[in-house]
Amino acid sequence: MSILTITRLELLIARRNMWVATAVLLMGLFATVLTLAGGAPTGVLGVDPLTVAVTSITTLSVYLIPLIGLLLSFDAIAGEIERGTLALGLCYPVSRAEILIGKFLAHISVLAFAVAVGLGLTAGLTVWQHGGEGLNFAPLFRLFVTSLALGAAFLGIGYTVSSLVRQPGVASGVVIVIWLVCIVLYDLGLLGALVADDGGVFTKTIFPWLLVANPADAFRLLNMPTVSVSDLASGLGAAGAVSGTLGQMTSLLAWPLLAITGAWLALRRVEP
Amino acid sequence: MTSLVVENVFKQYGAIQTLRDVSLKIEAGERVALLGHNGAGKTTLIRMILGLTAITSGDISVLGARPGSRAARSSIGYLPESVAFHGALTGREQLRHFARLKSTPLRVADELLERVGLSAAADRKIRTYSKGMRQRIGLAQALLGQPRLAVLDEPTSGLDPVSRHEFYDIVEDLSRNGTAVLLSSHALTELETRTDRIAILSSGVLVADEALANLRERARLPIRVTVTATSEAVDSVVAQLGGTRLNGRSVELNCQQDQKLTLLGQITALGNVVIDVDVMPASLEQLYRHYSAAEQRKS
Repeated sequence: MSILTITRLELLIARRNMWVATAVLLMGLFATVLTLAGGAPTGVLGVDPLTVAVTSITTLSVYLIPLIGLLLSFDAIAGEIERGTLALGLCYPVSRAEILIGKFLAHISVLAFAVAVGLGLTAGLTVWQHGGEGLNFAPLFRLFVTSLALGAAFLGIGYTVSSLVRQPGVASGVVIVIWLVCIVLYDLGLLGALVADDGGVFTKTIFPWLLVANPADAFRLLNMPTVSVSDLASGLGAAGAVSGTLGQMTSLLAWPLLAITGAWLALRRVEP
Repeated sequence: MTSLVVENVFKQYGAIQTLRDVSLKIEAGERVALLGHNGAGKTTLIRMILGLTAITSGDISVLGARPGSRAARSSIGYLPESVAFHGALTGREQLRHFARLKSTPLRVADELLERVGLSAAADRKIRTYSKGMRQRIGLAQALLGQPRLAVLDEPTSGLDPVSRHEFYDIVEDLSRNGTAVLLSSHALTELETRTDRIAILSSGVLVADEALANLRERARLPIRVTVTATSEAVDSVVAQLGGTRLNGRSVELNCQQDQKLTLLGQITALGNVVIDVDVMPASLEQLYRHYSAAEQRKS
């Protein structure tokens, strides 16, 4: 009961803070643009228009979902420590785990709503443009579920940082660095290593696992269709074949669990 | 059952000892004021009672339960010294949230808003509230669910005199209903008539824990008697009673409790040259300085 009470308040705050509006606007806008822009060449290529849209939205979601997740979560604990509401909240009969889960449920709902609106627009626009016949909606559904897993992982990371750093200003800086490292620099680093290795042992055995160890890359691999749509996709596809769908799903499942557990351990040690 | 028992509690932060052998008991319905300079250990003690800070050694029990346990937290109402509720929420939303956490009917939250004088502003965002109004929201949440122990940290800071008066009326109601009240304050004068017992912390040691009258007796601080006489007679008054001349017409005398009546007799005997007499026992402020200074001399 306490969990839902906290979720309820967090949802109210997220709505008032325009977080819901911002997330929905971002996802909706990009989904619309990518669906409409991606729709043009399909006739020539003869690829399922939804597949094209899902591929472009996946590429974008890899950047956007972790960012929204981190932005929703970095203030969750640090902000409450600073305002003194965490100390007060902990004087009520509610446990730290309940506080964490309550907040998580609220934030993941905001994310789910935003992603659902974005993907709903994609589905609607595709049907409007190409008709509903022969469209396979499974990739869209997969994109939705994996987006939530990716978002959950970064929410957990955000809570962990928020509990460890204790100052909202510092926490916001740290999460931006984490986002940059996980989403941009990690892939660049792997790319550099690939080039240096030039098709050696690293490329064949270590690289695929390093790739899938990053939840953002696991997410990308899972949602990129095996039919190559772009050079990037085909290159990733080859690497993805080694770790396999199971490896990718494990990574995407393990990260949220690890991150939330980490957040709980960090929050337990906080003296508000 | 004793509402709050603190027994031989120590707190060590690295090499620094912030609390040394503190013992304190509060019975149901008792109002105890906790006084001390900044850094005397008040906040540490309060946080230990709430279960927010670990106890280095010693024991604290809140209505028989361990601090921080669900049972203890269900029976405590806490007003923090400084808390900033989320500005995007309205007072009613914030208070109803706390009511839900305490499994108290929402109706009670609405009644409390009225009780602390916030019903007109209840549906406005907290960010538009004045400091006093925010303090009232804090007070209202501390009263939710009829706590059996109320811990109020600097409850009257930011309140105007009228609100302070109303605040102490609320505290009185609480204690009448059997709630033990522990409140810390810097505003010493208002505590004189509004609390049952005064506990003074100085450099981590509890140097006093008694009713105000006992504290006065023990400190043996002089009672100040000011005699105002006609301007021609002032010199003769000084000659007969001693004391120091304050200005053209007043003389200040100091005496102990047991000499008070004798002195007053002497003053009355002076006849109609005396215009007025003022008797002032040691104020809480003087007592507070006396007890905390005594400890600091020792250490």
